[in-house]
Amino acid sequence: MALFLEMSAAPRALRWLLFAGASCLSIAAWGADLKVGVISSLSGPVSALGIPYEKGIRAAHARFPEVAGHRVELVVLDDASDPATAARNARKLVNEDKVDVLVGTSGVPGAMAIAAVAQELKTPLISPTPVSLPGPDHDWTVVASQPFELMVSAVVRRMKAEGVGTVAFIGFSDALGDLAYECLVRSAGELGIAVVADERYARGDMSVAGQVLKIIGKRPDAVFAGNSGTPGALPYLELANRRYAGRIYGTHGLINADFVRVGGRSIEGLEVPSGPVLVAGQLPAGDPIREASMAFRASYEKLYGAPPTDAFSAYTYDAYLVLADAAARVRGDAQPGTPAYRQALKDAIVSTRELAGTHGIYNFGPDSRYGSDERAVVMVRMEGGQWKLAAQPAPPR
Amino acid sequence: MTWDIALILGIDGLANGAIYLLAGLGLVLIFSVTRVVFVPFGDIAAFAALSLAAFEAGRVPPTIGLVVFLAAAALLTELGSLVRKGEGRRIPRALLLWGGLPLIPCAIAWAAARAGAPAPVQMIASVLLVVPMAPLLARVVFQPIADASVLVLLIVSLALSFLLSGLGLLFFGPEGTRTSPLAVGSLSLGDGVEVGGQVILMVGTAVVLSGLFFLVFERTAMGKSLRATAINRVGARLVGIRPARTALLAYGYASLLAGFIGILIAPVTTMYYDSGFLIGLKAFVAAIIGGLVSYPATALGALAVGVFESFASFWSGALKDAIVFSLLIPVLMARSYMARHHEEEIEEIDQ
Repeated sequence: MALFLEMSAAPRALRWLLFAGASCLSIAAWGADLKVGVISSLSGPVSALGIPYEKGIRAAHARFPEVAGHRVELVVLDDASDPATAARNARKLVNEDKVDVLVGTSGVPGAMAIAAVAQELKTPLISPTPVSLPGPDHDWTVVASQPFELMVSAVVRRMKAEGVGTVAFIGFSDALGDLAYECLVRSAGELGIAVVADERYARGDMSVAGQVLKIIGKRPDAVFAGNSGTPGALPYLELANRRYAGRIYGTHGLINADFVRVGGRSIEGLEVPSGPVLVAGQLPAGDPIREASMAFRASYEKLYGAPPTDAFSAYTYDAYLVLADAAARVRGDAQPGTPAYRQALKDAIVSTRELAGTHGIYNFGPDSRYGSDERAVVMVRMEGGQWKLAAQPAPPR
Repeated sequence: MTWDIALILGIDGLANGAIYLLAGLGLVLIFSVTRVVFVPFGDIAAFAALSLAAFEAGRVPPTIGLVVFLAAAALLTELGSLVRKGEGRRIPRALLLWGGLPLIPCAIAWAAARAGAPAPVQMIASVLLVVPMAPLLARVVFQPIADASVLVLLIVSLALSFLLSGLGLLFFGPEGTRTSPLAVGSLSLGDGVEVGGQVILMVGTAVVLSGLFFLVFERTAMGKSLRATAINRVGARLVGIRPARTALLAYGYASLLAGFIGILIAPVTTMYYDSGFLIGLKAFVAAIIGGLVSYPATALGALAVGVFESFASFWSGALKDAIVFSLLIPVLMARSYMARHHEEEIEEIDQ
C-alpha cells in the first residue's frame, strides 16, 4: 500500500481537523467557537488554484488560532470545481454546520454561486476569487482579491509602455474568459490599443491549434490570455509551436508552479500582474505589504516545510486577516453561531480601513465588494523559471 | 482561411484522427466480441501516459500497485469460480496465469522506474504496464455479468470509468503533465508548412498498428477465433472456441492499443487524470460512424472526426466539441435509414 498511497501531510491534517471538527459538533454549543466554512476546489480542473487556497487558510489558522478571544474552527469542503457543488456546500455549511463566515471558492463560476447563497442565507462571505457583483444587492460578500479590472488595467498600461498597438485575446469559454475579455476591451479602449481577436477554448481541451492559427493570421503585436492554472499553458505552448514572435501577457491566475512546469520554455518573457506577495523579497523595506507577506511566507514555510511557490495561498491568508481584524471590531455582545453575530461581523468587515494584507491594503465599503487599490498590483516577468519584478509598484500614499 | 492554414489544420486533424482511429478500433474490437461499450478505454490510455510521465520524473508510478491489486482480485475471483465448479485441478494453472503473468510487466516497470533507465525501456514499460489492466478488470467485473443486456454493461463500464479516473486523481494528482517528445525535427512540405516529427510518428504508428491488426485478424487462428466469437457467439462455442478466453484476448489487445495511444499523445498534449474520458468519447463517435461493427468504416470515421474537430476549432473555439458531437446526428439518421428491418424479412418468409 505504501507503493501508491503516498499521502502528503495536508490530507492527513485535513482528516484530523475534520475529525476534531466533527467531534466538536457532537458536543452541543461548546464554548463560543468562531466557525469558518471554507469551500475550495480540491479536485477537478480548478484544483491548481483550489489546493493552494486551502493551504493558505490553514497557514493563517496556524498563525492565528484564536481571534478576538474566540477559538477558530475551520470546516473545509471540496467543491470538485463544480459551481453547483459549491452552492450545495455553502448551504450545508450555513444550515448544518452553522458557520459564522464563509470563505471560498477558487474559480469565478463557483464563487458567484456561493455569493448568491451567502446573500440568501445572510452569512458574510469573504471571497478570495474576484467576482463581479456590482451594486448593493450583494452586500454580504467582500472580495479579498484584486478586482480583475485592476489587474488587467495594470497589464494594459504595461503594454502601452512597451509600445503594443494591437492585442489578440484567447481565453476560457466560461465566466473567467468573459470577465477577462471585457476588462481587456475596456482598458485597451481607454489607452488606444486595438483588440483584434477573441478566441475561446474549454478548460479541458487538449488542443488550441485552430484558435492560435486564427490569432497568428491577424498578426497582433501581443497576445493576452484570459485563463488560469495548468490549462492556461495551452495557448502559450501552441504559440511557441507556431513560432509567434510578439509579446505575451496573461492574468494573475497563471502564477503557480505547475503552470511554470507545463509551460516550460514557451512562457519565457511572459508578463503577468500579481499581488506584491509573490515578489515580497524584492519590495522596498518599510512597506506594510512586505511585512505581512514575509509573515505569511514564514507561517506557510513553518506549516508545510517549504516556502510558497504561488500567490494564491496568500488570498485566503488575507481573507483570514480580514476576518480576524473584523472580529476584533465586532460591536454588541452577540455570540458566534447566532444570526445577530453574523450581522455584526458583516458590518465590521464592510467597515475595514487600511488593513495591510499580503495582496494590498484593504479598505472596504458598502458600495463595492472590493477593497484593493493600485498598491495591490505589481507586474512580474517570467525569467528562467522564476518570477521577477518587472515594474515598480505605485509608491505608498 | 487560406490554403496553408487549411493544410496545417488538416495535418493537425489527421494526427488527432490517428489517435481516435486506434481508440475506435479498440472500442469496436471489445464491443463486437463482448457487447461491452468499454468506456474506461480512454482512462487506461491516460494511465499509460501518466505512468510514462512518472517514469520520466524518476517516480515509481502507482499504476504498478493497481495492477498488483487487480491481479490479486482476479486471482481470487478465478479461484472462487474454480472451487465452485469443482475443478480444483486447475488451481495451479490459474495461479500461474492470473497471479504470475500480470506481475511480469510490474517487474519490468519497477526496473524502469530506476533513475537512468533509457527512454525506450520506459516507454515499453508504460505500454506493458497497462496491458493487464483491461483483462483483469474484465475478469473481475464483466465476466460474471457477461450475459446481461448491453445497457447494463454500458452502465457498469461508465461506473468503472469514474472509478479509474478517481484513482488517477489519487495516484497522479490534479496537475497535468507532458512527456518529452518522442521524435524531434520536422518535415517541410514547402510554403512554410512544417509537419512535426511527432505527427509523422503518430500517423505512422496508426497505419502500422492497423495493418498488424488486419493481418492478425485475417491470417492467424487467434484472430479468426476473435472474429468468429464476434459474429456468432453460440456458433463459436459449438466449434470449440471459448468465448471467455477470446473476450480476455480482445480486452488484452485493446489495452495494448490504449497503451500505445497513451505514449503517443503524452508528448503533444497535457494529460490530466480525466483526459482519457474525452478521448474515449470522440473515439466512440468514430466507432458509431463505423456502426460498432466495421473496422474500415471506423478508421475513416476517426480520421473524419479528427479533421472535423480541427476545422471546427478554427471556426468556433468554444463550440468545437458541440460541433464534433453533433456529427453523430446525421450519421445515426443515415444508418437507421439504411439498416435492414427484420420485420420485413419475417413477412417475406411467411409469404
